[in-house]
Amino acid sequence: MLSRLLDPRTAIFMAIMAALTIGVPVLNGAGLLPDYLVPLLGKWLCYAILAVALDLVWGYAGILSLGHGAFFALGGYAMGMHLMREIGPRGVYGDPILPDFMVFLNWKELPWFWLGFDSFPFALLMAMLVPGLLAFVFGWLAFRSRVTGVYLSIITQAMTYALYLSFFRNEMGFGGNNGLTDFKDVLGFDLQSGSTRAGLFVLSAVLLMLTVLVCRAVVTSKAGKVLVAVRDAESRTRFLGYRVEGYKLFVFVLSAVIAGLAGALYTPQVGIINPSEFAPAESIMVVIWVAIGGRGTLIGAALGAVLVAAMESWLTGVAPELWLFALGAMFVLVTLFLPKGVLGLFGAGNLPAFAKRSEVPA
Amino acid sequence: MRALLCSFFMILALASASTAETLDRLREISAGFVTKDYGQVQATAEALAATGDARVATALSALRGGDLRFRKSDKQVFRVEKVGRDYALFDPFTGEAMGQAGSRETSKIKVNNAIRNAIDGLLGGLTLRADDPAIRLDAAEALFKSRDPGALAALGSAIEAETDGSVRDAMREARASILLASAQNEPQALIEAVETIRARGGQDALGLLAQIGADYPEPVQEAAAQARRGIEQSLMLWGYGQSLWQGISLGSVLLLAAIGLAITFGVMGVINMAHGELVMLGAYTTFAVQEVIRTSAPHLFDVSLLIAAPLAFLVAGAVGVAIERGIVRYLYGRALETLLATWGVSLILQQAVRTIFGPNNREVGNPSWMSGAFELGEMTITYNRLWILVFALTVFVLLLLILKRTPLGLQMRAVTQNRAMAADMGVRTAWVDAMTFGLGAGIAGLAGVALSQIDNVSPNLGQSYIVDSFMVVVFGGAGNLFGALAGAFTLGIANKFLEPLAGAMLAKIAVLVFIILFIQKRPRGLFAIRGRAVEN
Repeated sequence: MLSRLLDPRTAIFMAIMAALTIGVPVLNGAGLLPDYLVPLLGKWLCYAILAVALDLVWGYAGILSLGHGAFFALGGYAMGMHLMREIGPRGVYGDPILPDFMVFLNWKELPWFWLGFDSFPFALLMAMLVPGLLAFVFGWLAFRSRVTGVYLSIITQAMTYALYLSFFRNEMGFGGNNGLTDFKDVLGFDLQSGSTRAGLFVLSAVLLMLTVLVCRAVVTSKAGKVLVAVRDAESRTRFLGYRVEGYKLFVFVLSAVIAGLAGALYTPQVGIINPSEFAPAESIMVVIWVAIGGRGTLIGAALGAVLVAAMESWLTGVAPELWLFALGAMFVLVTLFLPKGVLGLFGAGNLPAFAKRSEVPA
Repeated sequence: MRALLCSFFMILALASASTAETLDRLREISAGFVTKDYGQVQATAEALAATGDARVATALSALRGGDLRFRKSDKQVFRVEKVGRDYALFDPFTGEAMGQAGSRETSKIKVNNAIRNAIDGLLGGLTLRADDPAIRLDAAEALFKSRDPGALAALGSAIEAETDGSVRDAMREARASILLASAQNEPQALIEAVETIRARGGQDALGLLAQIGADYPEPVQEAAAQARRGIEQSLMLWGYGQSLWQGISLGSVLLLAAIGLAITFGVMGVINMAHGELVMLGAYTTFAVQEVIRTSAPHLFDVSLLIAAPLAFLVAGAVGVAIERGIVRYLYGRALETLLATWGVSLILQQAVRTIFGPNNREVGNPSWMSGAFELGEMTITYNRLWILVFALTVFVLLLLILKRTPLGLQMRAVTQNRAMAADMGVRTAWVDAMTFGLGAGIAGLAGVALSQIDNVSPNLGQSYIVDSFMVVVFGGAGNLFGALAGAFTLGIANKFLEPLAGAMLAKIAVLVFIILFIQKRPRGLFAIRGRAVEN
């Protein structure tokens, strides 16, 4: 079983991740790694999880979702709601139950959909359940109607755009434009303290490793082979007797749940969650991580996410006006010259059928 | 004949005599202004107005504006204009210059709000007999609002003498408005007034009728209630009309933004994510053209858009051809990769424009023929929106002609339907692809010229339209211009009809959800192309 999951590349990746999981907190504790880097690295790992989740659906099932940021953000909001409740009477207005923004809007009691979020397990469950449910309903409708290719991409974009606009509304009860912020602690641990941050980083690293293992388990199973078949020749697979929409729905929901978890870890490390996470451009960003790292490789997606995020952090610090040029050039150059991504440079092409098949214009 | 002439001259003589006589009389009355008592000032103003002399109007409006002063030494009243620290004095009635005076030598005739309101009504009565129908109309409207009972007699005689139909109607409405202000009037006259007001319609008529309370006679109240229902109904219809117009206007904007996309998507199966940025380039071209005109040839400003349109088409079209030749052509058959690469191009274009023109909004002016608005019943229609609708439809028709009537169009359709077969028949498909992409991009540039008139010209301009224009194309069905037309107007009108019910944001969300559900039903849009081409 384990040998099936851990092909050489994945094994190397796991080893590196394990080293990081132990190394980063130790180095930080020894004062060799500055404090600000720990949550930053944790944030990149959350991006990496999201990228792996997208790679599962795009790289293996051919579903290019331009709305995966929505699942991520929903998970983030679920955790953010819990963190808001944790603030308790320490908010600016000192209301023991209502978060500050509700006091500000003159709300008298907690809306029904905020009930239960004072419990951490419930919030965690919601961080998986809400994105999963949205993905289930959306995927069930879309795959059953055989909406594919570009059309599917565009309605996933419509989905995240609709959520983006919704969460901007103060009446929605999610803090409107400002989102949720000013978190104090999680499960009693102070979010500002170094040890909590190191703990969150370790959690992110572990979740990334788990995600890669789960996704490997899916794609190396029989179902995984069917998924690749769907990606490369959907109609043919259907004619062979497979319930294509069932397979697609399964990975789509799984991917959304993983994305939601990533979001739930992202919020406490970044300290804020707001509607901009739903912006269509953010979701397209996820796609470029996967494309740059190498589509259909899982660990390539993780690599791409960390590479691009690191580059963004560095370049927006050094020469902010160059960042969009660099990002745009990456999009163009990678699609033109690196169809297999950075990982493809190392002869990792396990995608022989790629790039040749997919829609051929009439 | 002689008798006639004779009487004519007599009248003339009388008239001139009366002019000289009334001027003295006016001066005499105006001596009443030399007081600090507001009541007396108002009484004097009313007495002046009662003479019905047109020259009183200047004096009264000067009084209202605080420009009427009297000289302390001889108590003579003047209209003044400030010259440095002194005042230039003018006769309040004839406007004749009467020298200057220091500010200490004269004293202002003070007015309060009650007097100002009274003067508004009085002026209305005075100008009812002006030569210019527009002034008479304004006067009638002023009386309609001020409801000054003192003007009733003047109104009555003005209505008798009025020759212009619409002015007479306005005067009748003013009279009705004044009559309705008091419950003491004849019930029959009140009911007639209600009818007149009802015929006028509109929001202020509704407000007027709402003031008819329990102190009015029973039949009048009934008539008023009925009239209000009638007006409310017609107002609601006009409201629908306004929503419809706004929807059509939004639809025309969407059509402009989406139509180029429909071509590239339909003919080439290429999703051009940089489409919004091509729109932005068109808007910036307009800005650049206007800048050049402002500095070197300001008299050409009114035709700046006519100059900008072809330039924007060329600029955006050239960039489009460059994108196609440089990137897109290597990615045919990989629609999703094209989507990513063109997204990259859009980021580069955005940042390039930000670097060149700066991140802030740039001001693009409206030419005179595009600014302002006109009223159609209870609807307000702005000229820029109207012209954009005309422009969008023109572009649509032109494009249709290109597709149906030109060799390029024929080849484009051939490539859409069966690329391989078209190539076999000798169509240079690569050239057709480049031209198609260029055409789609050029139309995006034209859309930018139009959008620069109603939206902020900033590097983010394209971003705000890209999602919407995709929705239009997906909803209408790719590759079909009529699909884009139907899609744009359906979405635009649906959006504007939902807005009053749910608010702008919710309306947009509802439309997005509707599209997501609609695609489930018709995965290829409203007007799907049928046949082999789709099956690939």
